[in-house]
Amino acid sequence: MAMTLTQEVKIIVFQLKDKEYAIPVEYVRSIEKEQHVTRVPGVASYIKGVINLRGVVTPIVDLGKRLDLNEADNTENTRIIVAVFNDIEVGLIVDSANDVLDISRESIEPAPEIVGGSEIDYINGVIKIDRRLLILLDLEKVMNDVGQFQGIEGK
Amino acid sequence: MDMNQYLEIFIEESKEHLQACNQHLLELEKNPENLTIVNEIFRSAHTLKGMSATMGYEDLASLTHQMENILDAIRHAKLTVTPELLDVVFLAIDHLEEMIHSISEGGDGKCDVTDAIQKFKQIENGEKSIPLTTTEEIAATVEIKTLSKNIYDEFELTVLQQSAEQGYHTYELTVTLREDCLLKAARVYMVFEVLEKIGEVIKSKPTVEQLEDEQFDQEFTVTFVTKELENIITQKVLNVSEVERVEVVPFSIEEMRQHFGKTNETSENLVQVENTLLNIEETPGEERSEKSSQKANLGNKTIRVNIERLDILMNLFEELVIDRGRLEQISHDLNNQELHETVERMSRISGDLQNIILNMRMVPVETVFNRFPRMVRQLARDLNKKIDLEIIGAKTELDRTVIDEIGDPLVHLLRNAIDHGIETPSQRKASGKPEEGKVYLKAYHSGNHVFIEIEDDGAGISREKVLAKALQNKIISPQSAAGLTDKEVYELIFASGFSTAEKISDVSGRGVGLDVVKNTIESLGGTVSVDSNLGKGSIFCIQLPLTLSIISVMLVGIQDEKFAIPLSSIIETAIIKKEDILNAHNQKVIDFRGKVVPLLFLKDIFEVPCVTENDDFHSVLIVRKGDKMAGFVVDSFIGQQEVVLKSLGNYLANVFAISGATILGDGQVALIIDCNALIK
Repeated sequence: MAMTLTQEVKIIVFQLKDKEYAIPVEYVRSIEKEQHVTRVPGVASYIKGVINLRGVVTPIVDLGKRLDLNEADNTENTRIIVAVFNDIEVGLIVDSANDVLDISRESIEPAPEIVGGSEIDYINGVIKIDRRLLILLDLEKVMNDVGQFQGIEGK
Repeated sequence: MDMNQYLEIFIEESKEHLQACNQHLLELEKNPENLTIVNEIFRSAHTLKGMSATMGYEDLASLTHQMENILDAIRHAKLTVTPELLDVVFLAIDHLEEMIHSISEGGDGKCDVTDAIQKFKQIENGEKSIPLTTTEEIAATVEIKTLSKNIYDEFELTVLQQSAEQGYHTYELTVTLREDCLLKAARVYMVFEVLEKIGEVIKSKPTVEQLEDEQFDQEFTVTFVTKELENIITQKVLNVSEVERVEVVPFSIEEMRQHFGKTNETSENLVQVENTLLNIEETPGEERSEKSSQKANLGNKTIRVNIERLDILMNLFEELVIDRGRLEQISHDLNNQELHETVERMSRISGDLQNIILNMRMVPVETVFNRFPRMVRQLARDLNKKIDLEIIGAKTELDRTVIDEIGDPLVHLLRNAIDHGIETPSQRKASGKPEEGKVYLKAYHSGNHVFIEIEDDGAGISREKVLAKALQNKIISPQSAAGLTDKEVYELIFASGFSTAEKISDVSGRGVGLDVVKNTIESLGGTVSVDSNLGKGSIFCIQLPLTLSIISVMLVGIQDEKFAIPLSSIIETAIIKKEDILNAHNQKVIDFRGKVVPLLFLKDIFEVPCVTENDDFHSVLIVRKGDKMAGFVVDSFIGQQEVVLKSLGNYLANVFAISGATILGDGQVALIIDCNALIK
């Protein structure tokens, strides 16, 4: 993630299962409500398909599955966070989008080794605010590792 | 000054100028006497030089400068136009193109141009000596010119005489502007303004009008009467920025009169020579001003728009179309007359809008065809053949995306026609044809398609040779060979691993070429066919869709999902009974109009989640790729529709058998099936 000189970072906080995650707001293009997803055959299982996002066909990733958690259940609160990284636009399905916060850079701590699971690969650090623990997602890894996973799941 | 913002314009314009040079050079080769063409080329080269010097591309500027010298020599009849000379100029243009290419790819535009410069210098020095020895008359005129750069008529001389009597000095000022001067006309104006404050301008060369139109290089001469002294004038003029040099020469009327008289005395010959010299210098000027006014008109009518912006416009418009669909639905449900009418009007307007937006993306095929005359010339010279390329219908318009892709296949086919099709002049003579081979490149609209034909009057395709080669390369079996029609035989040359040229040349490849051509064209949704008449020539015909962004598809339902299949690859639809499906080697097939057609269950291939059990009937689409057929089994046919093709984006770059997606009227995304990937 690019380090800027400002000490404050704006982040979007969202929920997946019982944990709260965060991504810097500059990577977020929009937050959408759940809508019809067209399945794309023959791709990795965590890619749910594509949606029509104002005329642009946008791929949708089930973030829960991507992080090897369970597949997200569709509820009233389910949201699609449309993130852009390296010119690649992807919608991430999350359980709910909770907050937009300003945090100071110092409050970002490196990811603790003990978190475990494959989730650790996608974590850039953790943020502690009062009693909340936010996991800062490494978008680059979430989005760019496609090749590796396609290899395993492709047919 | 930050040049980056101009870089794009620079590259675009340079390409245009180079193209113009190419085109005019070819014309010049046909009419070597036509000096207007030389002037056109000179103008392009000159602008290019100025632009590249401003942008700081020294190599580019220096090479164009050399080229300009040569052109200038031609312009002043010091050099004659020969194919050898043009070869060198073409070589230089090749280098220039390379450099521009390197710049557009982010390089520094440097290139080793010494060979071209060397050749230029050789030509310049080598041939200059000959015309100089021709007549003394020219030497005489040159002498006059060195003495006074302007030539005066009687009236002007009288004015000068009178001014001298009143105590004014007459000077001839030669003002040289800096080479990178951008607004030459403005600088000229400023110089004139300065001069008019301290005296009076009697005459200028080029004329004031020409100066205002920037029709001069860096230098202009004015005759000027003033009471001031030389160094003061120099000082004042030099104060105008971007003026590089001022030369003030005192002017003596007596001297002038002497020469004037002398010239009058000399033979008529001289007058003639002088006249021709003047003509050479003046007529192009007129032509040029005509041309430039034409240019200005064109400039007002067109603007450059980034294709990305058009794409965005298109996207926004599609959103509108989807909402229009919804509105139509709502108005239908509400059954309100007023709403009904409004929605209908909106639909009509948006229909017109769609046409306009699609039209904006259309580009004339000219942009691709333009580079061919040059290529053909080169090839003909390399192969020692005489070839005349005729281009018909260059204004035919095609979608930008198709234009970008069609260049290479056309190059291939043209090379093929010239290398394999057209015979050598001696062979042609022997078979009673004119020595010069004809190649036609024709483009035209027909229905929803654009056709491009490449026709040559060469040797044609020999059925026997093709068959022998195909058998030798095991493309067909001897049994099937006998039953093929002539046309089917000719189509064999598109098969991979085929080359009928007895001698492999580097011009057209080693038989890997034509199948690549076929593949490229098919990937664009087009077809290519060939027909030939032995001894008379052959014709390649390419059929292309008008646009790639909007295609006609058949929407089909597979369980709960919708897919789109391009109409161009569907032969027909059918409904078959379950019992009609036969098994052949684990492959389900049907007997369709006497042909055995393999069946493909799209449901299985695309792993569509099964919702309902299928009944006793299957809906089948008979699809073709080249001459192969297959039947795609789907659950239902929804209907035919025009849809906008969209890519799945970078993230899903390579999905098997899916060529893209489209947005349906209800706002949902449907995937477009790539039939070519499904049929091997």
